[in-house]
Amino acid sequence: MGERRDLVLRGGLQRLMKRGAGRLADPVFAVVTGIAGLAVLIILAYMVVVTTYTAVPVFRSQGWSFIFSTDWSPSEGKFGAFAFIYGTIITSLIALLIAVPLSLGVALFLTEIAPRWIRGPVAYLVDLLAAVPSVVYGLWGVFVLLPGFLQPIATWLSVKLGWIPIFAGPATGLSFFGAGVVLAIMIIPIITSLCREILKAVPVGEKNAAFALGATRWEMIRGAVLPRAKAGIIGAVMLGLGRALGETIAVALLVGSRAQVTASILQPGYSMAAVIANQFQEATGDHVSALVGVGVVLFGITIIVNVAARVLVWRMVES
Amino acid sequence: MSAFFGDSGSDCRTNEGVSPLKVRTTQKRRIIADVAARVGMWGATLMVMIPIFLIFYYIAKKGLPTMDWEFLTQSQPFSMRARGGGFVHGLIGTLIMVGLAALISVPLGVLGAIYLVEYGKGRPLAQVVRFFSDVMTGVPSVFVGLFVYTALVIPYGFGAVMGAAALAIIMLPIVVRSSEEMLKLVPRELKEASYALGAGKWQTITRVVLPTAAPGITTGVMLAVARAAGETAPLILTALGSLEIVTKMVGEPIASLPVLVFTGARNPFPAGQERAWAGALELLLLVLVFTLLARIASSRNKLQQ
Repeated sequence: MGERRDLVLRGGLQRLMKRGAGRLADPVFAVVTGIAGLAVLIILAYMVVVTTYTAVPVFRSQGWSFIFSTDWSPSEGKFGAFAFIYGTIITSLIALLIAVPLSLGVALFLTEIAPRWIRGPVAYLVDLLAAVPSVVYGLWGVFVLLPGFLQPIATWLSVKLGWIPIFAGPATGLSFFGAGVVLAIMIIPIITSLCREILKAVPVGEKNAAFALGATRWEMIRGAVLPRAKAGIIGAVMLGLGRALGETIAVALLVGSRAQVTASILQPGYSMAAVIANQFQEATGDHVSALVGVGVVLFGITIIVNVAARVLVWRMVES
Repeated sequence: MSAFFGDSGSDCRTNEGVSPLKVRTTQKRRIIADVAARVGMWGATLMVMIPIFLIFYYIAKKGLPTMDWEFLTQSQPFSMRARGGGFVHGLIGTLIMVGLAALISVPLGVLGAIYLVEYGKGRPLAQVVRFFSDVMTGVPSVFVGLFVYTALVIPYGFGAVMGAAALAIIMLPIVVRSSEEMLKLVPRELKEASYALGAGKWQTITRVVLPTAAPGITTGVMLAVARAAGETAPLILTALGSLEIVTKMVGEPIASLPVLVFTGARNPFPAGQERAWAGALELLLLVLVFTLLARIASSRNKLQQ
């Protein structure tokens, strides 16, 4: 028996050593995985090239007015995307203004002061918020949040603080403000979970050192945790910003779809992503190229924000 | 530190020249600041809990009345005004497109991750791929839709394959990065044991490394699927929509749950909006099922424990 098994094994071994396939498998596999790794770069590069190429005619015919003009009338062949760029930036800033303090508060709560039993459920619920699709946020925002909660706040702001240009009335329901609030809710889970990772990475020794000096918990957080985590937190905020800039559907439903530049956040406006989603189906010819051009500009802005954010987060995590 | 604790630190070293009253007021101020900060953190957490409950409460409340057997098994009526019917065509479309997208992105993403961990380790190329995968997760999904539109829809028309291509591009970086994290956790001893038995590199990877990392990779894949299932914007540009069940893969617009919810939300008729709410509930449940599967897979993951 044993002798026979030995023979079979030896035969198998010889077959393996002789067979070209067996010897080739390793390098072939290496090449295949290498190609798969490159796929990310190839797709990303191809995306940039194809879309830019489609948009070039419009960039060329409109020149700088594509970015700096607010005159967007496809029927007359005029494409000035400034109102969209402005709307994207305004809604994202409103979102950050609301989301950053709240996210940081939740992240600090979870890592520093929350009782043990409450941590799991709260973290789970916040993560759940990240799983909700943007179209669901949009639907809920338009039919529940806007009439029930945001409209009263907006009306109050326009009546009491209407003399400040950014709160000038009349408060229409669909507005930069409404879109910004829903965006804030959408990016809170992203910023929170990243901040938690970063806060967890702060060395325990330094925290204990602060306590040993007689610091209260808040002094410990301000003196030991926040300075250490600053770069990472800024990175997390910028990743949230990147998400807010590119968010499409919720903004398309809430921003009011009017291409205008106004100082008041209570007025309707537009955003780059929203105009693409809203106008693409009816667009033909130059209008399509113009919308692709808006996409290229949006891509450029989000890429800059994302690269900067990644560099900050990476540096934090590496160190 | 010293600048920070300066005024309060003085009473630790010596009380000479500092009036007891001043010590007490700084002490009080420190405690007030501490309490205020704690209140702020609790308050922020409670504030964030409010929308979470509001969303799930209203989706359930407004979606459930319309969510019946008819809704789950019928297609939409031709008029938005008409009641009845459902989103089964959207559910089928979403499952087809997400399934196809997973078929493309999962093998590609896992192989890419294997390159990053096993072959490219320490090389600049791997570093570049890793960095741009991270950047790619931040690319707006509507831009991915524009790309697929110009690259595939203009020559071949709308269709399930185009929608799937867009979703695959969105899933790819998520699969790459999450698989990479899991592959990195596979213990070196395990691989060395395999090499010691005479296995080649690819045999070690396919027989030892991948099975060990499988639960973790599944978690990442499920999260990517959940993300793709909820994407709306790229599908508006690549799959468009339809009122009936479509099984043709190329050249015919196909419906999907998110796009149906979107069009329902934008239409003025109550019947269409009611269907949108039920569709939102269905979509949310679908996404939560995938998230739950991800959690189950991750609880079975021995590498992380």
